[in-house]
Amino acid sequence: MIRSHHYTPAHEDFRTTVRRFMERECAPNREAWQKIGFTPPDLWRKAGDAGLLCTKIASEYGGGGGDIFHCLIILEEQTRIGFGELTFYLHSDIIAPYIALYGTEDQKQRYLPRLASGEMVCAIAMTEPSGGSDLQAIRTTARPDRNGYVLNGQKVFISNGHIADLIVVAAKTDSGAGGKGISLFLLETKGAEGFTRGRCLKKVGNKGQDASELFFDDVRIPPENLLGGAEGRGFVQLMQRLPEERLIVSMAAVATMEEAVRETVAYTSQRQAFGAPLIAMQNTRFKLAECKTKATLARAYLEQAMDSFIEGNFDTTQGAIIKWWATEKQHEVLDACLQLHGGYGYMTEYAIARRYADQRLARIAGGTSEIMLDLIGRTL
Amino acid sequence: MTAQHSLSGPYQSEELDIFRHSVRRFFQEECAPHQPAWEEAGIAPRQIWLRAGELGFLCPRVPAADGGLGVDLAFSIATLEEQMRAGVFAPSVSVHSDVIAPYLVHYGTPEQKKRYLPGMIAGTCIGAIAMTEPSGGSDLKALRTTARRDGDSYVINGQKTFITNGIAADLVILAARTDAGARGIGLFLVETKSEGFRRGRNLQKLGQHASDTAELFFDDLRVHASALLGGIEGRGFAQLMDRLVEERLMAGVAAAAVIDRALELTVAYVKERKAFGKRVIDFQNTRFKLAAAKAEAAVLRAFLSRCIADFRAGTLDPATAAMLKYWATERQCSIVDDCVQLHGGYGYMLEYPIARMWLDSRITTIYGGANEVMKDIIGRSLR
Repeated sequence: MIRSHHYTPAHEDFRTTVRRFMERECAPNREAWQKIGFTPPDLWRKAGDAGLLCTKIASEYGGGGGDIFHCLIILEEQTRIGFGELTFYLHSDIIAPYIALYGTEDQKQRYLPRLASGEMVCAIAMTEPSGGSDLQAIRTTARPDRNGYVLNGQKVFISNGHIADLIVVAAKTDSGAGGKGISLFLLETKGAEGFTRGRCLKKVGNKGQDASELFFDDVRIPPENLLGGAEGRGFVQLMQRLPEERLIVSMAAVATMEEAVRETVAYTSQRQAFGAPLIAMQNTRFKLAECKTKATLARAYLEQAMDSFIEGNFDTTQGAIIKWWATEKQHEVLDACLQLHGGYGYMTEYAIARRYADQRLARIAGGTSEIMLDLIGRTL
Repeated sequence: MTAQHSLSGPYQSEELDIFRHSVRRFFQEECAPHQPAWEEAGIAPRQIWLRAGELGFLCPRVPAADGGLGVDLAFSIATLEEQMRAGVFAPSVSVHSDVIAPYLVHYGTPEQKKRYLPGMIAGTCIGAIAMTEPSGGSDLKALRTTARRDGDSYVINGQKTFITNGIAADLVILAARTDAGARGIGLFLVETKSEGFRRGRNLQKLGQHASDTAELFFDDLRVHASALLGGIEGRGFAQLMDRLVEERLMAGVAAAAVIDRALELTVAYVKERKAFGKRVIDFQNTRFKLAAAKAEAAVLRAFLSRCIADFRAGTLDPATAAMLKYWATERQCSIVDDCVQLHGGYGYMLEYPIARMWLDSRITTIYGGANEVMKDIIGRSLR
């Protein structure tokens, strides 16, 4: 049970809806989607109909008018069915807010209802082959032109890149200005000339979710699709969104750790070795005690962080602390839990094996652990 | 201490601020300067206990009806935090106020409370608790000291070891066996002036040198039946188990405070110390190590706040208290060790406080129930 005075019975009702959706729509298809490497448009429309998309976006734009706990509930419920890689959170709580917070009224009206209904799936394109966390060094350019902008460049590791209908692209509008020369553009992929998607990249984990290369060769973007209508704000916009993005990554990490501990307690209670259940061995109990402690501390810090987020006090340092701590501990916990599963832990038919591979990304995406330590280190 | 560091949370009040301020002055001005001398002596002098009592810093939570201030847990937390942050390990005020006095408050008969609590509050009666024996520590059910009923008294025989405040103590709460099994354990209030009581050596320890730690011997020591805590036989094991949650909570409070101090000292040191033409903090490794420690401290504090809230609500269970004790003390040892490393050679010199903290920290993963016992408690709760 979530401990926060911001968590209400309405949230629990929402959880029931989400759980039913996950069990009916996702669990039976999970393996098929992991085979093809992405989720079909149909799933997104169903999710939109069920009210699972853009839960935090204001209802006047078609959203659910909820808060960050709605995102947590979705993450917890998708983790429960072993489908942690589902990217509703990315679409709803990481990308849509760019439009809601920084978009012009026209942009909000044009896109938010379509994102909330699942008619459009979105992605955000920051990372390039030549650099990830070092945003100021991006090379993709948006050259002004009579009818807007002309986009040239290349992006990589873009989640939802293969299925996206709308992509928020970070590009330089002034290559001499460093961070101040970065602007964000809303690119509709349908019929966009010069836009091509590269391969769906083969990844270590997160098999049911696409990550693509994207190429832009003289792609035209109308002036009304410059996010917020003013150039040079992209870097600040991206920076402002990062603490929340890191909080969301941490929410997933906490949910995954808890689920892994539950699964491993269940497995070791039933699995026999040398005439007794594995959990009867002292080492098993000690390892599980360590994992449970890490998950419990992570949950305590997460709940404190979520309250502070809702109250408007969550800052870059807290974002870095929780992301570093939760994702590093997640890695330790998942490794220990896999070990306790023995050979079965290495078989991807077991959830623990997939979770182990999936979670590896969390220490890299959304700013690496090293960047997190750098951010915390600056506050000393 | 900044508000951000304070665990008083919603219990913050002007009264508590004033109390914290005077506790800080006491530890910083009246104790810290004497630590080297007390470490040399292996014990803090009786006058400092009397002084602490005079200032109202001993057993402040004892209810007003029993002669105490009757204040909130926040006052005990503030006292312990300030003591740790002043780098003062003796006198062992927290053992006296937060471990021993509560036995009397919770289980004592009115006569027992009346007899001992006023002296404990004044500092004239220093308390100790004697559980561990040479043959066993955390395994309480295996204890061998016996209390044989003889008419209207008990005759106690046995031996205890590693007893904090053992040299200074006037009152020892002694765990002894009145019968076989866990239900055969009783706690006895033994006055150290009694015949048959003998103190052994003040033990030489790796750290916490100013805190006296002794062997205690009981040879045909006779106490009146009214010395049995609570007056009913067989409750000792349950009483001990029940009190351990609070003891482990306070171990978490102490660890968090030590971590804060270690970080403050180390950040200050690496900003000033130069190597290879730049400040030590300008090296990425230094910043990463300290950043990791800062993150650990922040997460620990969030968990500790929750444990304190649960404790107040009466819902802090033994497994969660065990998680806190295990995690907090392990972080303490590993962070203090990293901090020694960042101090270089100076970190190994006892004139630098971080070296002392390193020595003083080592016991924390062992006392109050070894961390292996904590993991056992947590592990059993999972099934």
